[in-house]
Amino acid sequence: MEWSDHAIVLAARKHGEGHAVLDVLSQQKGRARGYVRGGSSRRQRPTLEPGNLVDVTWRGRLDEHLGTFRVEMIKATAPDLFRKPPRLAALDALTSLLAAILPEREAVPEIYKECLVFFTMLGDDGTADISWGAELVRLEVMLLKTLGFGLDLKACAVTGELDNLCYVSPKTGRAVSAGAGQAYQDKLLKLPAFLAADTPAAPEDIRAGWLLTGHFLERHLLLRPNPAVMEARSRLAGYFS
Amino acid sequence: MTARAFKIEQLIQLLAKMPGLGPRSARRAVLQIIKKRESYMLPLAALIREVADQIKTCRVCGNLDVTSPCHICQDPKRDTATVCVVENVSDLWALERAASYKGLYHVLGGTLSAIQGTRPEDLNIKTLIERASGGDVGEIIMATNATVDGQTTAHYIIERLKGVSVKITAIAHGVPVGGELDYLDDGTLSAALKDRKPY
Repeated sequence: MEWSDHAIVLAARKHGEGHAVLDVLSQQKGRARGYVRGGSSRRQRPTLEPGNLVDVTWRGRLDEHLGTFRVEMIKATAPDLFRKPPRLAALDALTSLLAAILPEREAVPEIYKECLVFFTMLGDDGTADISWGAELVRLEVMLLKTLGFGLDLKACAVTGELDNLCYVSPKTGRAVSAGAGQAYQDKLLKLPAFLAADTPAAPEDIRAGWLLTGHFLERHLLLRPNPAVMEARSRLAGYFS
Repeated sequence: MTARAFKIEQLIQLLAKMPGLGPRSARRAVLQIIKKRESYMLPLAALIREVADQIKTCRVCGNLDVTSPCHICQDPKRDTATVCVVENVSDLWALERAASYKGLYHVLGGTLSAIQGTRPEDLNIKTLIERASGGDVGEIIMATNATVDGQTTAHYIIERLKGVSVKITAIAHGVPVGGELDYLDDGTLSAALKDRKPY
């Protein structure tokens, strides 16, 4: 079997002395893994940095085999972000999260497309940190929805109100209005206004957004406890304080 | 197989596990060692035993040496006000080979990595903060690798050093000596252009 596709590098783990096992999010095949001969070599290592846009050709006898990848760089994302700590932290947090939660061999073209948009925003110096921060929260909400754990943020789960939605139930993922949630605000998650309506975001809204998505990502999608992935998100949130 | 041949085979198998050696090259190395018993085999065995007994991780910088503090930390000719932060001992050895740096080192023992599950407490970061806060250090040079994990670790340390009165610098990224632009990857070229200096 053989296929070629454009893909985003999520992770590369060293294998043996000079090789690597590559984890990518491809446009049409979704998350895929494969062995890269010489993947840890000086020539190939820069291509396999997380966030890079690459052209991959996968070969294997059966679809469920690990198979091998031939990889060619299309665009390097990471080097432009090396001197921009919050943006590099965002790249690290997103790619490690995707590698940890996306199922293999399931196409998620909308996530792939959103990731490309997000990486373009990260690389664009004209994009304010608040803008890409809000975009990352929206991307994570979309990720939850795509993987079957969508949040219901359209109406209050208690009263049916459409306005003044301020909280989200940590159990059901449904929005709760300010009035109905007042008495339980310690137990509810805060819903940032920019997620409920198209309003500009503030740094505290971005942090609240990551707390919200982080709760559901950890609860439903991180199959094994992975403190390092959650810490990468916390480091990112630290830049928005 | 006789017991004696089995021992030699064991030696070959052990050597074959070393980086850069496969079964074939390990076999050649073992044959050479056996042939030159007096000049290679016995001194090698004695040295391996000696190093195995004496090897220590330097309590100051994390370097490997037979003394703690290591010979670099004890060297009076070194600039004790400058500390270069590296990922691994192999990076320290690479900088020492270059012989252009005369300060001290701090070996982190890896990088933060969400994928590998490496967290700050798994690295030698706490001791670096303590060292920097001690008042003797004037400059910290971040020499972590030009990778996402290496730079993420550098940024994390820089964040942790906020509030400590110390100058923080980083090694440059860009075109290697002898490198031709035509053969460089896009990322290196981009980093080189971004870090350009007035001539």
